[in-house]
Amino acid sequence: MFAFVLRRLMQAVVVMATVGFLAFMLFQYVGDPVTSLLGQDATQEQREALRKDLGLDQPFPVQFARFAANAVQGEFGLSLRQGRKVSSLIAERLPATLELALAAAVIALVVGVPLGVYAALRRGTFGSQAVMTLSLLGVSLPTFLIGILLILVFSVQLKWLPSFGRGDTVSLGGWTTGLLTADGWKHLILPSITLAVFQLALILRLVRAEMLEVLRTDYIKFARARGLTDRAVHFGHALKNTLVPVITITGLQLGSLIAFAIITETVFQWPGMGFLFIQAVQFADIPVMAAYLCLIALIFVVVNLVVDLLYFAVDPRLRIERAVSAH
Amino acid sequence: MATTPAPAPPVSAAATPLLEVRHLRVEFPTRRGTLLAIDDVSFSIAPGEILGVVGESGAGKSLTGAAIIGLLEPPGRIAGGEILLEGRRIDDLPYEQMRRLRGRRIGAIFQDPLTSLNPLYTIGRQLTETIQTHLDVDAAEARRRAIGLLQATGIPAAEQRIDQYPHQFSGGMRQRVVIALALAAEPRLIVADEPTTALDVSIQAQIIALLKRLAREHGASVMLVTHDMGVIAETCDRVAVMYAGRIVEVGPVHDVIHAPAHPYTAGLMGSIPAMDGERERLAQIEGAMPRLNAIPPGCAYHPRCPHVEPRCRAERPELMDAGATHAACWRVAAVAPAREGTA
Amino acid sequence: MSSKAPPSPTVAPAGAWARFLDSDVWHSFRTSPMAIAAAAIAFVCVFCAVFAPWVAPHDPFDLATLNLADARLPPAWEPEGSTTYLLGTDDQGRCILSALMYGARISLAVGLASVLLSVVVGVGLGLLSGFAGGRVDAFIMRVCDVMLSFPSILIALLIDGVGRAMFPNAHETLAFGVLIFAIALSGWVQYARTVRGSTLVERNKEYVQAARVIGVAPWRIMARHVLPNVLGPVLVLATIQVAAAILTEATLSFLGVGVPPTSPSLGTLIRIGNDFLFSGEWWITIFPGVMLVLIALSVNLLGDWLRDALNPRLR
Repeated sequence: MFAFVLRRLMQAVVVMATVGFLAFMLFQYVGDPVTSLLGQDATQEQREALRKDLGLDQPFPVQFARFAANAVQGEFGLSLRQGRKVSSLIAERLPATLELALAAAVIALVVGVPLGVYAALRRGTFGSQAVMTLSLLGVSLPTFLIGILLILVFSVQLKWLPSFGRGDTVSLGGWTTGLLTADGWKHLILPSITLAVFQLALILRLVRAEMLEVLRTDYIKFARARGLTDRAVHFGHALKNTLVPVITITGLQLGSLIAFAIITETVFQWPGMGFLFIQAVQFADIPVMAAYLCLIALIFVVVNLVVDLLYFAVDPRLRIERAVSAH
Repeated sequence: MATTPAPAPPVSAAATPLLEVRHLRVEFPTRRGTLLAIDDVSFSIAPGEILGVVGESGAGKSLTGAAIIGLLEPPGRIAGGEILLEGRRIDDLPYEQMRRLRGRRIGAIFQDPLTSLNPLYTIGRQLTETIQTHLDVDAAEARRRAIGLLQATGIPAAEQRIDQYPHQFSGGMRQRVVIALALAAEPRLIVADEPTTALDVSIQAQIIALLKRLAREHGASVMLVTHDMGVIAETCDRVAVMYAGRIVEVGPVHDVIHAPAHPYTAGLMGSIPAMDGERERLAQIEGAMPRLNAIPPGCAYHPRCPHVEPRCRAERPELMDAGATHAACWRVAAVAPAREGTA
Repeated sequence: MSSKAPPSPTVAPAGAWARFLDSDVWHSFRTSPMAIAAAAIAFVCVFCAVFAPWVAPHDPFDLATLNLADARLPPAWEPEGSTTYLLGTDDQGRCILSALMYGARISLAVGLASVLLSVVVGVGLGLLSGFAGGRVDAFIMRVCDVMLSFPSILIALLIDGVGRAMFPNAHETLAFGVLIFAIALSGWVQYARTVRGSTLVERNKEYVQAARVIGVAPWRIMARHVLPNVLGPVLVLATIQVAAAILTEATLSFLGVGVPPTSPSLGTLIRIGNDFLFSGEWWITIFPGVMLVLIALSVNLLGDWLRDALNPRLR
């Protein structure tokens, strides 16, 4: 198992290095940072001075080394749009996005898994077909449209829930949280539901498909042939086997949630990283884009690693190195 | 020569048969019509008896087993006939009552030990779960019994291995675990569907011997479904030969093998290559078993039968007394008196 | 103890068309009201989109025909609406219904083009990867793994952002090209994997080895033998991806980084209409939204049905 972890760590390093390299290429060759910082009318002298300042006259490997060294410390320079340090911008916005993603993940799991199990066990009934149709609707509705519809119904027409911002937040050290105030919760409801819908539908369909597969296996047939109760067969055996692959996919979805948060944050003007990123793309603010890219890659890599370790914990076939064989 | 079609299935010497199947019909409604996969099959199994059910792939042997334990996969369904266990009908029982019978009165063993066990649970857990579902014992007692079962099926170091996972066992060992699971609630009848087909030849003999021994020890009957005549010869008391969803011959093992009355059985026996002497070609039965949607009228075997007569094409023969065995063949009626001298 | 599969018909009908009509796929379609409804809706949407210039009641881009006096009219069934503009107008007096159709045109065009590119790249790389094996295969699979761990929207956004930075004064066509490229790039991995899997299976079969020995060119073998076997799953994947691509384009346009504003797609229309949500003019954003959902939903339904119809185990 140690060898496995080591291998995954090395893969992670490779991925981060690749992403870092891509980010660096972005920095260097896409757009001209000097022009962006100084404007079009800068004199040649000013350009030269800034170029020297930024270290742009150094050879390529040196520049990359500097970039990498900085990147590892979280230092990405200044935002082209706002002039502030990229790292502090991101640090400010991170808690908002993480809380949103977490809330959406909880909703998606708590609603998606049971509905998926229901749709599998009651296959063919009206209820399960209705659930499947709704799930199809869930993946056919773009996230931003869901947000707009929810705003239309709950903010504009019914005026029950707010439609932008995070509400009152509480600062705990470096972290700002909206979970400690009622107002914060009210603001969290619509965005988290919006973000959750797509994932919920995916998880639902995945759980159903997996469960149907499992219900067709020989060991389930044998369990039934042994006279085990339906409850034991469905929830003791089938469900456990279903959830193992579902865990992996759900873990990976967490990363994708953070990415999809971009859209939700834009619709609800939620002050998170995603909103920051969109503004960076619109403005071609390369430092922010590069930093966001590296951060997302890091999150993905960590999540993947955790999921792999979880797999180890759950599936006994992976745990034992050598099968004890005896005739 | 008057023919005596037997209205009731041939019953062996014991009093009440453990299992009785009467005129069983299993059909599959499909988009293009209904297929009759099992067509008027009748047989019985006495307590403590081992009945072999042999035939080609697709003859309906596995389906018969599935129908008996009540696990026919939809759209398949029982369309007629009765199945009686210890004198009581079980084919029309509601699901919950049938479930209680499964494992407790009827055990099942399937073909592939690699996929019969849930990979995520220890075999101990799977054993104790089965025991506790049917028998009113506490966890400690269940575990004791589980260890005992593993020991009885010849698994070494049972006390340690009970907490291991299926993937930690080899194929032969796993099938022993499967047998232990099937016997866990002490059933009276075991339906074994090709239990050795997926195993190495060297292991097959061990497993079959184990099954036979345990069945005798527990006083259980066995319905052994297989296409391997060698296994039948080694293990069974009686054997039923199935063809195209029907039983064509049934009788004591020795008689069916050495003095078959039905041309199909004779063909089967003849196609087993003997180890002595030289052969140039393997003996074969011409043609192939008909598909379910193309079963010929009359006797299903008549297109391939070397002794076919006009009657065979028109009327379907029932199982008739052929001396030592019962065979569904019109020739038997005519030949029967002569046969009594040979068997 | 397994159930029997339904047998093939005893009399084989002549001709490919007749075989299709008798096939399980067609039968499953005929008997599924959902599939028929989905196909009908998809057909109507595609028809309106493709023939928008002829079918739409007005031309929303012809500035000469716009009348500001007609601005902000609600749909025809509302008290202040008029039947000239069935679904109302926006703040510039443009007919929503017509804008819908033209918008759908752009959305569909981008969606289909990107899926086509995706399929070509994915299938091609999959074939290459499976057939060549060794280092090439390993490299392509690594790339797939890395790309799979990034959500498509992010990849699309990044490429778009990079494109924007590299060509700040992009010509309109270039912007479209970058967009199509971005969406295609985020979707090709699935095809590559599926095709690679099938290629690996086929590659080891004797007839392929025999062909190689004879000297048949590898690409020929791949095209003639492997390709037909993978078309089924690729088709299902492509159908579902068309819906996803359309939604991705709509999302990018909504975020302002999609199609250029001179050719508004449904996403752009929704974005424009979003500003009027609070002042009560809901129709400007909702109807383009409904159209978008109808297209995505019907295509997804078809994809779902197709997957079930082509899956022999589920019959």
